[in-house]
Amino acid sequence: MNAQGQIVKVGIADMNIAKAPDKIRTSGLGSCVGVVLYDERSTTVGMVHVMLPDSSLGRTETINIAKFADTGITAMVEQLKIEGIQSYKLKAKIAGGAQMFQFSSTRDTMRIGPRNVEAVKEYLKKYSIPILAEDTGGNSGRTIEFDPTTKLLNIRTVNQGVRNI
Amino acid sequence: MMYDSKITSMHLDVLKEIGNIGAAHAATALSTLLNKKIDMKVPKVEMVSFDDMMDLAGGPESVVAGIYLRIEGDVTGSMFFVLPVEQANRFIRRLVQDETFDFQTGEVSEIGASAMQELGNILSGSYLSALSDFTRLKIYPTVPALSVDMVGAIISFGLVELSHISDYVIVIDTAIIEEDVPNEESVKGHFFLLPDPESFDAIFKALGVN
Repeated sequence: MNAQGQIVKVGIADMNIAKAPDKIRTSGLGSCVGVVLYDERSTTVGMVHVMLPDSSLGRTETINIAKFADTGITAMVEQLKIEGIQSYKLKAKIAGGAQMFQFSSTRDTMRIGPRNVEAVKEYLKKYSIPILAEDTGGNSGRTIEFDPTTKLLNIRTVNQGVRNI
Repeated sequence: MMYDSKITSMHLDVLKEIGNIGAAHAATALSTLLNKKIDMKVPKVEMVSFDDMMDLAGGPESVVAGIYLRIEGDVTGSMFFVLPVEQANRFIRRLVQDETFDFQTGEVSEIGASAMQELGNILSGSYLSALSDFTRLKIYPTVPALSVDMVGAIISFGLVELSHISDYVIVIDTAIIEEDVPNEESVKGHFFLLPDPESFDAIFKALGVN
């Protein structure tokens, strides 16, 4: 492993774990929410790219657990536990949940961004995981990258530049 | 419900033919609007993962002007008209005759934004009405919405409905090729037609395919 590190990619409705000096990134978040779980004393972190609020919305027999806020967060907490990180030590940073299009319609799917954010917060609360930083809502797409060394979440948008939270 | 496992290569060929018919009409409409030769063709119809769908559109972070609309009627689904932002700028400058127009300045003029929406309206309208004539199915596009942003952020919105039942999407991709411009500049725009899974039965039935 070189000191430069690699970028671990997380796809849409996907999850992964990264260890320093690697960083972990998910690209082009719209209504989806990127959730980073980490322990301040560890350089092993997890990221989930949540697409839907609740696995009860899934209508297939086998579900992709990373797709939903509830199953995705649960699975990541479990995976980090296998990596030796206890859930009571976990902190979260989240970003995404934008409303990419403005419609007059009030159909439920049109509000999917805010619903994803609400669901993520609810499940983090269930595990008593505090959210130390968030950049959610609005109407911009985001690419996010977390550095397990600095614990900073880098957020890049097309119209509002780059920032670290 | 016909999806995932039951779709054969013959079904995909039928969908490709549908796409070609829609594309031909939309190309004519766009050529007339811009007074230049525009070619549209359907490079592929396939079932892809959500991540592959983003790659088809140029990678999740590429910046596009994207029009999204819902399709209602006998067939339901999502439709996107996405153009790399430089190409959208060129088209809109020509349409509104304002050489300074730029989607990337943050503050997009209302006339430019509505021209883009209208462009999406005309093209998707001609595309979908061709499909409607061909299949004799009722297909109504909703008013389009515009977003200038990362293509991943834009397209994932249209995958939400579908993601309830699948991790794959059947995409009818239509590439837009502007002729008479140097190849490196003639970046391709796309129409993406994403029928809702329930709609495939209706489409195949209308065309007499089992």
